[in-house]
Amino acid sequence: MRRIGRTTRGRLWGAVAVALALVWAFPAYWILNGALQPIEALRAPTPSFVPTDLTLDAFGRVLDGEFFASLRLSLSVTLICVALAVVCAFVAAVAISRFRFRGRVSFIIVVLTIQMIPPEALFISQYRMLNDWNLYNTIAGLSLLYVAAVLPFTVWLLRGFVDGVPVELEEAAMVDGCSRFRAFFTITFPLLAPGLIASGVFAFLQAWNEYTLAVVVMEPDNRTLPLWLRGMTTVSNQAIDWPAVMAGSVLVAVPVIVFFMIVQTKMTQGLVSGAVKG
Amino acid sequence: MTDQETARVPLTPTPVTAPDRRRRRRRGGLGGYWLLLPAIAVLLIGEGYPLVRQVIMSFQEFGRAQQFGAPPEWIGLDNYRALFTDSQMWGVVVRSLVFCAVNVALTMVIGTTFALIMLRAPRVPRVVLQVSMLLCWAMPVIAAMTAWQWLFDSRYGLINWTLTNLGLGDFTRHNWLIEPLSFYLVATVIVVWMSVPFVAFTAYAALTQVPEDALEAGQIDGANAWQRWRFIIYPSIRPALTIVLMLQIVWDLRVFAQIHYLQGVGGVPSETHLLGTYIYTLGVGQSEYGMASAFALFVLVLTLVLTARYVHALLKAETV
Repeated sequence: MRRIGRTTRGRLWGAVAVALALVWAFPAYWILNGALQPIEALRAPTPSFVPTDLTLDAFGRVLDGEFFASLRLSLSVTLICVALAVVCAFVAAVAISRFRFRGRVSFIIVVLTIQMIPPEALFISQYRMLNDWNLYNTIAGLSLLYVAAVLPFTVWLLRGFVDGVPVELEEAAMVDGCSRFRAFFTITFPLLAPGLIASGVFAFLQAWNEYTLAVVVMEPDNRTLPLWLRGMTTVSNQAIDWPAVMAGSVLVAVPVIVFFMIVQTKMTQGLVSGAVKG
Repeated sequence: MTDQETARVPLTPTPVTAPDRRRRRRRGGLGGYWLLLPAIAVLLIGEGYPLVRQVIMSFQEFGRAQQFGAPPEWIGLDNYRALFTDSQMWGVVVRSLVFCAVNVALTMVIGTTFALIMLRAPRVPRVVLQVSMLLCWAMPVIAAMTAWQWLFDSRYGLINWTLTNLGLGDFTRHNWLIEPLSFYLVATVIVVWMSVPFVAFTAYAALTQVPEDALEAGQIDGANAWQRWRFIIYPSIRPALTIVLMLQIVWDLRVFAQIHYLQGVGGVPSETHLLGTYIYTLGVGQSEYGMASAFALFVLVLTLVLTARYVHALLKAETV
Protein backbone atom coordinates (compact mmCIF):
# COMPACT_ATOMS: atom_id res chain seq x y z
CA MET A 1 0.00 0.00 0.00
CA ARG A 2 2.65 2.39 1.11
CA ARG A 3 4.89 1.48 -1.82
CA ILE A 4 2.17 2.31 -4.30
CA GLY A 5 1.60 5.65 -2.61
CA ARG A 6 5.25 6.42 -2.93
CA THR A 7 5.50 5.67 -6.65
CA THR A 8 2.45 7.76 -7.49
CA ARG A 9 3.94 10.61 -5.57
CA GLY A 10 7.23 10.13 -7.42
CA ARG A 11 5.36 10.19 -10.74
CA LEU A 12 3.60 13.37 -9.72
CA TRP A 13 6.90 15.10 -8.92
CA GLY A 14 8.27 13.75 -12.17
CA ALA A 15 5.41 15.31 -14.11
CA VAL A 16 5.94 18.64 -12.35
CA ALA A 17 9.66 18.49 -13.13
CA VAL A 18 9.06 17.85 -16.81
CA ALA A 19 6.46 20.62 -17.03
CA LEU A 20 8.84 23.13 -15.47
CA ALA A 21 11.66 21.95 -17.73
CA LEU A 22 9.48 22.70 -20.75
CA VAL A 23 8.57 26.18 -19.49
CA TRP A 24 12.17 27.08 -18.74
CA ALA A 25 13.57 25.74 -22.00
CA PHE A 26 10.86 27.41 -24.05
CA PRO A 27 12.80 30.58 -24.99
CA ALA A 28 15.65 28.41 -26.26
CA TYR A 29 13.19 26.36 -28.29
CA TRP A 30 11.56 29.52 -29.59
CA ILE A 31 14.91 30.79 -30.88
CA LEU A 32 15.52 27.57 -32.79
CA ASN A 33 11.95 27.42 -34.04
CA GLY A 34 12.14 31.00 -35.29
CA ALA A 35 15.50 30.55 -36.95
CA LEU A 36 14.23 27.70 -39.11
CA GLN A 37 11.15 29.38 -40.52
CA PRO A 38 10.51 31.70 -43.44
CA ILE A 39 9.71 35.28 -42.47
CA GLU A 40 6.13 35.06 -43.79
CA ALA A 41 5.35 32.30 -41.29
CA LEU A 42 6.43 34.52 -38.42
CA ARG A 43 4.33 37.43 -39.59
CA ALA A 44 1.19 35.33 -39.95
CA PRO A 45 -1.63 36.09 -37.50
CA THR A 46 -1.26 32.67 -35.87
CA PRO A 47 2.20 31.70 -34.64
CA SER A 48 3.57 28.41 -35.91
CA PHE A 49 4.71 26.38 -32.95
CA VAL A 50 6.71 23.90 -34.98
CA PRO A 51 8.71 24.79 -38.09
CA THR A 52 6.51 23.29 -40.81
CA ASP A 53 8.39 24.53 -43.85
CA LEU A 54 11.94 24.18 -42.67
CA THR A 55 14.33 26.60 -44.27
CA LEU A 56 17.86 27.83 -43.63
CA ASP A 57 17.21 31.12 -45.42
CA ALA A 58 17.51 33.10 -42.22
CA PHE A 59 21.07 31.89 -41.75
CA GLY A 60 21.84 32.97 -45.30
CA ARG A 61 20.53 36.46 -44.61
CA VAL A 62 22.49 36.77 -41.41
CA LEU A 63 25.89 35.56 -42.62
CA ASP A 64 26.86 38.83 -44.24
CA GLY A 65 29.88 41.12 -44.09
CA GLU A 66 28.76 42.72 -40.86
CA PHE A 67 28.53 39.36 -39.15
CA PHE A 68 32.00 38.34 -40.21
CA ALA A 69 33.46 41.70 -39.16
CA SER A 70 31.90 41.24 -35.72
CA LEU A 71 33.01 37.63 -35.58
CA ARG A 72 36.58 38.67 -36.31
CA LEU A 73 36.48 41.34 -33.63
CA SER A 74 34.92 39.01 -31.05
CA LEU A 75 37.39 36.24 -31.84
CA SER A 76 40.40 38.57 -31.56
CA VAL A 77 39.32 40.04 -28.26
CA THR A 78 38.34 36.64 -26.88
CA LEU A 79 41.56 34.89 -27.87
CA ILE A 80 43.75 37.68 -26.49
CA CYS A 81 41.76 37.60 -23.29
CA VAL A 82 41.99 33.82 -22.92
CA ALA A 83 45.72 33.67 -23.67
CA LEU A 84 46.75 36.51 -21.37
CA ALA A 85 44.40 35.55 -18.57
CA VAL A 86 45.49 31.91 -18.53
CA VAL A 87 49.22 32.74 -18.60
CA CYS A 88 49.07 35.51 -15.97
CA ALA A 89 46.72 33.56 -13.74
CA PHE A 90 48.80 30.41 -14.02
CA VAL A 91 52.05 31.99 -12.84
CA ALA A 92 50.22 33.92 -10.13
CA ALA A 93 48.52 30.75 -8.93
CA VAL A 94 51.88 28.97 -8.75
CA ALA A 95 53.26 31.89 -6.75
CA ILE A 96 50.53 31.93 -4.12
CA SER A 97 50.29 28.16 -3.89
CA ARG A 98 53.93 27.10 -3.96
CA PHE A 99 55.75 30.06 -2.44
CA ARG A 100 55.41 31.76 0.86
CA PHE A 101 56.29 35.41 0.98
CA ARG A 102 55.28 38.65 2.58
CA GLY A 103 52.07 40.11 1.17
CA ARG A 104 50.82 36.78 -0.09
CA VAL A 105 47.61 36.80 1.92
CA SER A 106 47.03 40.48 1.10
CA PHE A 107 47.28 39.63 -2.58
CA ILE A 108 44.67 36.90 -2.17
CA ILE A 109 42.34 39.27 -0.34
CA VAL A 110 42.78 41.92 -3.04
CA VAL A 111 42.03 39.36 -5.74
CA LEU A 112 38.87 38.20 -4.01
CA THR A 113 37.71 41.75 -3.44
CA ILE A 114 38.38 42.92 -7.01
CA GLN A 115 36.36 39.97 -8.23
CA MET A 116 33.34 41.53 -6.54
CA ILE A 117 33.64 44.94 -8.21
CA PRO A 118 30.92 45.25 -10.83
CA PRO A 119 31.89 46.77 -14.20
CA GLU A 120 29.31 49.50 -13.66
CA ALA A 121 31.30 50.78 -10.70
CA LEU A 122 34.41 51.47 -12.79
CA PHE A 123 33.45 51.81 -16.44
CA ILE A 124 33.27 55.60 -16.48
CA SER A 125 36.89 55.99 -15.52
CA GLN A 126 37.95 53.04 -17.67
CA TYR A 127 36.27 54.80 -20.57
CA ARG A 128 38.16 58.03 -19.79
CA MET A 129 41.42 56.13 -19.40
CA LEU A 130 41.13 54.39 -22.76
CA ASN A 131 40.20 57.72 -24.36
CA ASP A 132 43.34 59.36 -23.02
CA TRP A 133 45.56 56.50 -24.13
CA ASN A 134 44.03 56.40 -27.62
CA LEU A 135 42.77 52.92 -26.92
CA TYR A 136 39.08 53.82 -27.12
CA ASN A 137 37.29 51.68 -29.70
CA THR A 138 40.29 49.37 -30.18
CA ILE A 139 40.82 45.64 -29.77
CA ALA A 140 43.73 46.32 -27.41
CA GLY A 141 41.65 48.54 -25.14
CA LEU A 142 38.72 46.19 -24.87
CA SER A 143 40.98 43.15 -24.37
CA LEU A 144 42.84 44.94 -21.58
CA LEU A 145 39.61 45.51 -19.67
CA TYR A 146 38.52 41.92 -20.26
CA VAL A 147 41.77 40.40 -19.04
CA ALA A 148 41.66 42.51 -15.89
CA ALA A 149 38.04 41.53 -15.33
CA VAL A 150 38.50 37.75 -15.64
CA LEU A 151 41.91 37.53 -13.97
CA PRO A 152 40.81 37.49 -10.32
CA PHE A 153 38.55 34.50 -10.79
CA THR A 154 41.01 32.58 -12.97
CA VAL A 155 43.76 33.08 -10.36
CA TRP A 156 41.47 31.78 -7.64
CA LEU A 157 40.34 28.84 -9.77
CA LEU A 158 43.87 27.78 -10.74
CA ARG A 159 45.18 28.20 -7.21
CA GLY A 160 42.80 25.45 -6.18
CA PHE A 161 44.17 23.15 -8.87
CA VAL A 162 47.84 23.84 -8.05
CA ASP A 163 47.08 23.24 -4.38
CA GLY A 164 45.60 19.89 -5.36
CA VAL A 165 48.92 18.54 -6.65
CA PRO A 166 51.04 17.45 -3.67
CA VAL A 167 54.41 19.15 -3.42
CA GLU A 168 55.88 15.79 -2.41
CA LEU A 169 55.65 14.61 -6.01
CA GLU A 170 57.95 17.43 -7.11
CA GLU A 171 60.24 16.91 -4.17
CA ALA A 172 60.64 13.27 -5.04
CA ALA A 173 61.69 14.24 -8.55
CA MET A 174 64.14 16.75 -7.11
CA VAL A 175 65.69 14.08 -4.94
CA ASP A 176 66.20 12.11 -8.14
CA GLY A 177 68.22 15.02 -9.51
CA CYS A 178 65.68 17.21 -11.30
CA SER A 179 65.96 20.96 -10.99
CA ARG A 180 63.03 22.60 -9.23
CA PHE A 181 61.94 24.15 -12.52
CA ARG A 182 62.14 20.87 -14.37
CA ALA A 183 60.43 18.99 -11.58
CA PHE A 184 57.53 21.42 -11.75
CA PHE A 185 57.13 21.21 -15.49
CA THR A 186 57.49 17.46 -15.85
CA ILE A 187 55.51 16.43 -12.78
CA THR A 188 53.00 19.10 -11.77
CA PHE A 189 52.25 20.90 -15.01
CA PRO A 190 50.66 17.95 -16.84
CA LEU A 191 48.40 17.35 -13.85
CA LEU A 192 47.12 20.92 -14.14
CA ALA A 193 45.68 20.48 -17.63
CA PRO A 194 42.05 20.29 -16.43
CA GLY A 195 42.51 23.49 -14.45
CA LEU A 196 44.06 25.33 -17.39
CA ILE A 197 41.20 24.20 -19.62
CA ALA A 198 38.56 25.23 -17.08
CA SER A 199 40.04 28.70 -16.63
CA GLY A 200 40.51 29.14 -20.38
CA VAL A 201 36.88 28.22 -21.01
CA PHE A 202 35.78 30.58 -18.27
CA ALA A 203 37.71 33.47 -19.86
CA PHE A 204 36.29 32.53 -23.26
CA LEU A 205 32.70 32.60 -22.02
CA GLN A 206 33.15 35.95 -20.32
CA ALA A 207 34.78 37.71 -23.25
CA TRP A 208 32.47 36.19 -25.85
CA ASN A 209 29.27 37.12 -23.99
CA GLU A 210 30.34 40.44 -22.55
CA TYR A 211 27.99 43.32 -23.25
CA THR A 212 28.42 46.14 -20.72
CA LEU A 213 32.03 47.14 -21.36
CA ALA A 214 31.63 46.65 -25.09
CA VAL A 215 28.75 49.15 -25.06
CA VAL A 216 30.91 51.64 -23.18
CA VAL A 217 34.23 51.48 -25.00
CA MET A 218 33.34 50.47 -28.56
CA GLU A 219 31.81 52.61 -31.32
CA PRO A 220 28.68 51.41 -33.14
CA ASP A 221 30.66 50.70 -36.32
CA ASN A 222 32.98 48.34 -34.46
CA ARG A 223 30.80 45.80 -32.71
CA THR A 224 31.44 42.55 -30.93
CA LEU A 225 28.89 39.79 -31.62
CA PRO A 226 26.48 40.61 -28.74
CA LEU A 227 26.28 44.22 -29.92
CA TRP A 228 25.83 43.11 -33.50
CA LEU A 229 22.96 40.90 -32.40
CA ARG A 230 21.36 43.73 -30.51
CA GLY A 231 21.84 46.03 -33.50
CA MET A 232 19.49 43.87 -35.54
CA THR A 233 16.64 44.37 -33.07
CA THR A 234 16.76 48.12 -32.56
CA VAL A 235 15.21 49.01 -35.93
CA SER A 236 11.53 49.90 -35.98
CA ASN A 237 9.19 47.14 -34.94
CA GLN A 238 7.79 46.38 -38.42
CA ALA A 239 11.21 45.98 -39.96
CA ILE A 240 12.76 43.49 -37.53
CA ASP A 241 13.63 40.33 -39.39
CA TRP A 242 12.86 37.90 -36.57
CA PRO A 243 14.08 34.71 -38.27
CA ALA A 244 17.40 36.42 -38.98
CA VAL A 245 17.69 37.66 -35.38
CA MET A 246 16.99 34.15 -34.10
CA ALA A 247 19.52 32.67 -36.54
CA GLY A 248 22.03 35.19 -35.20
CA SER A 249 21.23 34.13 -31.64
CA VAL A 250 21.80 30.50 -32.57
CA LEU A 251 25.21 31.36 -34.04
CA VAL A 252 26.23 33.32 -30.94
CA ALA A 253 24.87 30.78 -28.47
CA VAL A 254 26.04 27.44 -29.87
CA PRO A 255 29.77 27.74 -29.07
CA VAL A 256 28.91 29.04 -25.61
CA ILE A 257 26.54 26.21 -24.78
CA VAL A 258 29.05 23.61 -25.96
CA PHE A 259 31.88 25.05 -23.85
CA PHE A 260 29.62 25.66 -20.90
CA MET A 261 28.55 22.03 -20.75
CA ILE A 262 32.22 21.01 -20.60
CA VAL A 263 33.11 22.93 -17.45
CA GLN A 264 29.79 23.30 -15.68
CA THR A 265 29.97 20.35 -13.33
CA LYS A 266 33.39 21.31 -12.09
CA MET A 267 32.29 24.83 -11.25
CA THR A 268 29.10 23.96 -9.42
CA GLN A 269 30.80 21.33 -7.32
CA GLY A 270 33.41 23.91 -6.41
CA LEU A 271 30.95 26.45 -5.09
CA VAL A 272 29.13 24.01 -2.93
CA SER A 273 32.18 22.52 -1.31
CA GLY A 274 33.34 26.04 -0.54
CA ALA A 275 29.96 27.13 0.72
CA VAL A 276 29.18 24.20 2.91
CA LYS A 277 32.49 24.38 4.68
CA GLY A 278 32.13 28.11 5.37
CA MET B 1 31.95 41.28 -15.96
CA THR B 2 28.76 40.72 -17.83
CA ASP B 3 25.53 40.53 -16.10
CA GLN B 4 25.59 37.09 -17.15
CA GLU B 5 25.62 36.26 -13.61
CA THR B 6 25.53 32.85 -14.74
CA ALA B 7 28.96 32.34 -16.00
CA ARG B 8 30.72 34.70 -13.68
CA VAL B 9 30.36 32.55 -10.72
CA PRO B 10 32.99 33.22 -8.14
CA LEU B 11 33.30 29.75 -6.88
CA THR B 12 36.06 27.93 -5.26
CA PRO B 13 37.29 24.91 -7.10
CA THR B 14 37.54 21.67 -5.30
CA PRO B 15 41.10 20.56 -4.85
CA VAL B 16 41.71 17.67 -7.19
CA THR B 17 42.92 15.45 -4.40
CA ALA B 18 42.80 16.03 -0.71
CA PRO B 19 46.28 17.33 -0.13
CA ASP B 20 48.23 17.30 3.05
CA ARG B 21 46.89 20.39 4.76
CA ARG B 22 50.27 21.29 6.17
CA ARG B 23 51.81 21.68 2.73
CA ARG B 24 55.37 22.74 2.84
CA ARG B 25 55.94 25.92 0.97
CA ARG B 26 59.18 27.26 -0.30
CA ARG B 27 60.40 30.06 1.81
CA GLY B 28 62.53 33.04 1.00
CA GLY B 29 63.74 34.19 -2.37
CA LEU B 30 61.98 36.55 -4.68
CA GLY B 31 60.53 33.86 -6.93
CA GLY B 32 56.98 34.44 -5.70
CA TYR B 33 57.11 38.14 -6.48
CA TRP B 34 58.39 37.63 -10.01
CA LEU B 35 55.57 35.22 -10.74
CA LEU B 36 52.97 37.63 -9.43
CA LEU B 37 54.27 40.49 -11.54
CA PRO B 38 52.17 39.93 -14.72
CA ALA B 39 48.93 39.56 -12.77
CA ILE B 40 49.64 42.58 -10.62
CA ALA B 41 50.53 44.67 -13.68
CA VAL B 42 47.27 43.75 -15.45
CA LEU B 43 45.17 44.42 -12.37
CA LEU B 44 46.90 47.74 -11.69
CA ILE B 45 46.35 49.00 -15.23
CA GLY B 46 42.87 47.59 -15.75
CA GLU B 47 41.32 48.08 -12.31
CA GLY B 48 43.68 49.86 -9.90
CA TYR B 49 44.47 52.94 -11.94
CA PRO B 50 40.85 53.51 -13.04
CA LEU B 51 39.79 53.20 -9.41
CA VAL B 52 42.24 55.85 -8.22
CA ARG B 53 41.32 58.06 -11.12
CA GLN B 54 37.66 57.64 -10.39
CA VAL B 55 38.15 58.77 -6.81
CA ILE B 56 39.97 61.86 -8.10
CA MET B 57 37.33 62.58 -10.74
CA SER B 58 34.60 62.42 -8.13
CA PHE B 59 36.06 65.60 -6.59
CA GLN B 60 36.26 67.43 -9.90
CA GLU B 61 33.97 69.45 -12.11
CA PHE B 62 33.62 68.59 -15.80
CA GLY B 63 31.66 71.43 -17.36
CA ARG B 64 31.62 73.24 -20.66
CA ALA B 65 35.10 74.72 -20.20
CA GLN B 66 36.55 71.23 -19.80
CA GLN B 67 35.02 70.12 -23.07
CA PHE B 68 37.16 72.77 -24.72
CA GLY B 69 40.30 71.49 -23.09
CA ALA B 70 40.53 73.27 -19.74
CA PRO B 71 41.82 71.05 -16.94
CA PRO B 72 39.08 69.84 -14.60
CA GLU B 73 38.37 72.06 -11.63
CA TRP B 74 38.57 70.88 -8.01
CA ILE B 75 35.26 71.30 -6.29
CA GLY B 76 35.69 69.23 -3.15
CA LEU B 77 32.57 67.40 -2.11
CA ASP B 78 30.20 69.32 -4.38
CA ASN B 79 29.50 66.30 -6.58
CA TYR B 80 28.54 64.22 -3.60
CA ARG B 81 26.44 67.04 -2.18
CA ALA B 82 24.64 67.54 -5.49
CA LEU B 83 24.12 63.81 -5.83
CA PHE B 84 22.69 63.21 -2.39
CA THR B 85 20.26 66.09 -2.67
CA ASP B 86 19.11 65.03 -6.12
CA SER B 87 15.68 63.46 -6.11
CA GLN B 88 16.25 61.66 -9.43
CA MET B 89 19.28 59.89 -7.98
CA TRP B 90 17.30 58.76 -4.95
CA GLY B 91 14.58 57.60 -7.29
CA VAL B 92 17.12 55.43 -9.08
CA VAL B 93 18.48 54.07 -5.79
CA VAL B 94 15.04 53.23 -4.42
CA ARG B 95 13.93 51.65 -7.70
CA SER B 96 17.11 49.56 -7.84
CA LEU B 97 16.65 48.38 -4.26
CA VAL B 98 13.02 47.43 -4.83
CA PHE B 99 13.81 45.74 -8.14
CA CYS B 100 16.66 43.87 -6.48
CA ALA B 101 14.55 42.78 -3.49
CA VAL B 102 11.69 41.48 -5.66
CA ASN B 103 13.98 39.68 -8.08
CA VAL B 104 16.17 38.12 -5.41
CA ALA B 105 13.17 36.93 -3.41
CA LEU B 106 11.51 35.37 -6.45
CA THR B 107 14.75 33.79 -7.65
CA MET B 108 15.55 32.28 -4.27
CA VAL B 109 12.08 30.87 -3.69
CA ILE B 110 11.68 29.47 -7.20
CA GLY B 111 15.26 28.17 -7.31
CA THR B 112 14.96 26.36 -3.98
CA THR B 113 11.58 24.93 -4.98
CA PHE B 114 13.13 23.60 -8.19
CA ALA B 115 15.88 21.99 -6.15
CA LEU B 116 13.33 20.27 -3.90
CA ILE B 117 11.46 19.03 -6.97
CA MET B 118 14.71 17.67 -8.44
CA LEU B 119 15.29 15.82 -5.20
CA ARG B 120 11.88 14.16 -5.22
CA ALA B 121 11.44 13.49 -8.94
CA PRO B 122 12.52 10.14 -10.36
CA ARG B 123 15.77 9.97 -12.29
CA VAL B 124 14.62 10.63 -15.84
CA PRO B 125 12.40 13.68 -15.19
CA ARG B 126 15.12 15.05 -12.92
CA VAL B 127 17.73 14.85 -15.65
CA VAL B 128 15.28 16.49 -18.07
CA LEU B 129 14.83 19.40 -15.68
CA GLN B 130 18.57 19.65 -15.11
CA VAL B 131 19.32 19.76 -18.83
CA SER B 132 16.70 22.48 -19.28
CA MET B 133 18.23 24.51 -16.44
CA LEU B 134 21.70 24.07 -17.86
CA LEU B 135 20.58 25.22 -21.29
CA CYS B 136 19.06 28.36 -19.84
CA TRP B 137 22.08 29.02 -17.63
CA ALA B 138 24.46 28.68 -20.56
CA MET B 139 22.50 30.95 -22.89
CA PRO B 140 24.40 34.18 -23.67
CA VAL B 141 22.52 37.08 -22.17
CA ILE B 142 21.91 38.96 -25.43
CA ALA B 143 20.77 35.84 -27.29
CA ALA B 144 18.24 35.26 -24.51
CA MET B 145 17.19 38.92 -24.65
CA THR B 146 16.33 38.65 -28.34
CA ALA B 147 14.07 35.68 -27.61
CA TRP B 148 12.29 37.53 -24.82
CA GLN B 149 11.98 40.69 -26.87
CA TRP B 150 10.26 38.70 -29.55
CA LEU B 151 8.01 36.87 -27.07
CA PHE B 152 6.88 40.23 -25.64
CA ASP B 153 6.77 41.97 -29.02
CA SER B 154 3.64 44.07 -29.45
CA ARG B 155 2.87 42.89 -32.96
CA TYR B 156 4.41 39.45 -33.47
CA GLY B 157 4.83 38.40 -29.87
CA LEU B 158 3.58 35.06 -28.62
CA ILE B 159 2.56 36.48 -25.25
CA ASN B 160 0.08 39.01 -26.66
CA TRP B 161 -1.33 36.34 -28.95
CA THR B 162 -1.74 33.84 -26.12
CA LEU B 163 -3.34 36.30 -23.71
CA THR B 164 -5.77 37.50 -26.35
CA ASN B 165 -6.70 33.97 -27.37
CA LEU B 166 -7.20 32.86 -23.80
CA GLY B 167 -9.81 35.58 -23.59
CA LEU B 168 -7.93 37.56 -20.96
CA GLY B 169 -8.59 40.80 -22.79
CA ASP B 170 -7.50 42.40 -26.00
CA PHE B 171 -3.72 42.42 -26.05
CA THR B 172 -3.40 43.02 -29.78
CA ARG B 173 -0.51 45.46 -30.21
CA HIS B 174 -0.17 45.83 -26.48
CA ASN B 175 3.20 47.46 -25.75
CA TRP B 176 4.82 45.96 -22.66
CA LEU B 177 7.76 48.31 -22.44
CA ILE B 178 6.25 51.78 -22.53
CA GLU B 179 4.86 51.82 -18.96
CA PRO B 180 7.64 51.75 -16.33
CA LEU B 181 5.85 49.23 -14.13
CA SER B 182 5.18 46.90 -17.04
CA PHE B 183 8.78 47.44 -18.20
CA TYR B 184 10.02 46.23 -14.82
CA LEU B 185 7.63 43.29 -14.97
CA VAL B 186 9.22 42.17 -18.24
CA ALA B 187 12.71 42.75 -16.82
CA THR B 188 11.80 40.73 -13.73
CA VAL B 189 10.54 37.79 -15.77
CA ILE B 190 13.79 37.77 -17.73
CA VAL B 191 16.16 38.24 -14.79
CA VAL B 192 14.41 35.59 -12.67
CA TRP B 193 14.34 33.18 -15.60
CA MET B 194 18.09 33.64 -16.06
CA SER B 195 19.02 33.43 -12.38
CA VAL B 196 16.96 30.45 -11.24
CA PRO B 197 19.29 27.73 -12.64
CA PHE B 198 22.27 28.84 -10.56
CA VAL B 199 20.20 28.86 -7.36
CA ALA B 200 18.53 25.57 -8.26
CA PHE B 201 21.80 23.75 -8.92
CA THR B 202 23.50 25.08 -5.82
CA ALA B 203 20.54 24.35 -3.58
CA TYR B 204 20.17 20.89 -5.10
CA ALA B 205 23.82 20.08 -4.50
CA ALA B 206 23.45 21.23 -0.90
CA LEU B 207 20.25 19.20 -0.48
CA THR B 208 21.97 16.01 -1.53
CA GLN B 209 24.33 16.52 1.43
CA VAL B 210 21.53 16.59 4.00
CA PRO B 211 22.16 13.57 6.25
CA GLU B 212 19.74 10.78 5.45
CA ASP B 213 19.55 9.48 9.04
CA ALA B 214 18.50 12.86 10.40
CA LEU B 215 15.58 12.86 7.95
CA GLU B 216 14.66 9.32 8.91
CA ALA B 217 14.83 10.15 12.59
CA GLY B 218 12.54 13.09 11.95
CA GLN B 219 10.09 10.88 10.13
CA ILE B 220 10.06 8.34 12.96
CA ASP B 221 9.43 11.12 15.45
CA GLY B 222 6.41 12.10 13.40
CA ALA B 223 7.62 15.37 11.91
CA ASN B 224 5.46 16.54 9.01
CA ALA B 225 6.86 17.83 5.73
CA TRP B 226 6.95 21.45 6.90
CA GLN B 227 8.67 20.56 10.15
CA ARG B 228 11.26 18.45 8.35
CA TRP B 229 12.00 21.39 6.06
CA ARG B 230 12.09 23.92 8.86
CA PHE B 231 14.14 22.00 11.44
CA ILE B 232 16.24 19.53 9.46
CA ILE B 233 16.61 20.47 5.79
CA TYR B 234 16.73 24.26 5.98
CA PRO B 235 19.39 24.49 8.71
CA SER B 236 21.73 22.19 6.82
CA ILE B 237 21.48 24.01 3.47
CA ARG B 238 21.51 27.45 5.03
CA PRO B 239 25.25 28.17 4.59
CA ALA B 240 25.03 27.49 0.85
CA LEU B 241 21.82 29.50 0.50
CA THR B 242 23.30 32.46 2.35
CA ILE B 243 26.17 32.75 -0.08
CA VAL B 244 23.90 32.38 -3.10
CA LEU B 245 21.57 34.99 -1.63
CA MET B 246 24.40 37.45 -1.26
CA LEU B 247 25.68 36.90 -4.79
CA GLN B 248 22.16 37.34 -6.15
CA ILE B 249 21.74 40.62 -4.30
CA VAL B 250 24.94 41.99 -5.80
CA TRP B 251 24.07 40.77 -9.29
CA ASP B 252 20.47 42.00 -9.25
CA LEU B 253 21.46 45.45 -8.06
CA ARG B 254 23.04 46.21 -11.39
CA VAL B 255 21.53 44.18 -14.28
CA PHE B 256 22.98 46.63 -16.79
CA ALA B 257 22.71 44.46 -19.88
CA GLN B 258 19.04 43.57 -19.49
CA ILE B 259 17.88 47.10 -18.64
CA HIS B 260 20.04 48.78 -21.29
CA TYR B 261 18.79 46.33 -23.90
CA LEU B 262 15.13 46.80 -23.02
CA GLN B 263 15.52 50.58 -22.96
CA GLY B 264 16.99 50.39 -26.45
CA VAL B 265 14.04 48.47 -27.86
CA GLY B 266 11.13 50.44 -26.47
CA GLY B 267 11.49 51.44 -22.84
CA VAL B 268 11.57 55.09 -21.76
CA PRO B 269 15.12 55.46 -20.39
CA SER B 270 14.54 58.43 -18.09
CA GLU B 271 11.81 56.54 -16.23
CA THR B 272 13.43 53.14 -16.10
CA HIS B 273 17.03 53.73 -15.03
CA LEU B 274 18.60 51.44 -12.46
CA LEU B 275 22.07 51.95 -10.95
CA GLY B 276 24.15 50.77 -13.91
CA THR B 277 22.28 52.52 -16.71
CA TYR B 278 22.05 55.71 -14.66
CA ILE B 279 25.84 55.87 -14.23
CA TYR B 280 26.24 55.17 -17.92
CA THR B 281 23.87 57.94 -18.94
CA LEU B 282 25.41 60.45 -16.54
CA GLY B 283 28.96 59.66 -17.60
CA VAL B 284 29.02 58.56 -21.21
CA GLY B 285 25.76 60.22 -22.28
CA GLN B 286 26.01 63.61 -20.56
CA SER B 287 29.79 63.79 -19.95
CA GLU B 288 29.14 64.47 -16.26
CA TYR B 289 32.23 62.51 -15.30
CA GLY B 290 32.46 64.00 -11.81
CA MET B 291 28.90 63.15 -10.84
CA ALA B 292 29.06 59.75 -12.54
CA SER B 293 32.28 58.90 -10.68
CA ALA B 294 30.83 59.91 -7.34
CA PHE B 295 27.77 57.77 -7.97
CA ALA B 296 29.84 54.84 -9.20
CA LEU B 297 31.93 54.98 -6.02
CA PHE B 298 28.73 54.89 -4.00
CA VAL B 299 27.72 51.72 -5.87
CA LEU B 300 31.20 50.27 -5.40
CA VAL B 301 31.16 50.80 -1.65
CA LEU B 302 27.64 49.38 -1.44
CA THR B 303 28.79 46.25 -3.30
CA LEU B 304 31.87 45.76 -1.17
CA VAL B 305 29.90 46.10 2.05
CA LEU B 306 27.38 43.55 0.80
CA THR B 307 30.05 41.07 -0.29
CA ALA B 308 32.50 41.42 2.59
CA ARG B 309 30.95 38.43 4.27
CA TYR B 310 31.35 36.25 1.21
CA VAL B 311 35.02 37.13 0.79
CA HIS B 312 35.51 36.43 4.47
CA ALA B 313 33.77 33.06 4.17
CA LEU B 314 35.92 32.10 1.18
CA LEU B 315 39.08 32.96 3.06
CA LYS B 316 37.95 31.01 6.07
CA ALA B 317 36.83 27.96 4.09
CA GLU B 318 40.14 27.57 2.30
CA THR B 319 43.36 27.24 4.15
CA VAL B 320 45.06 30.25 2.68
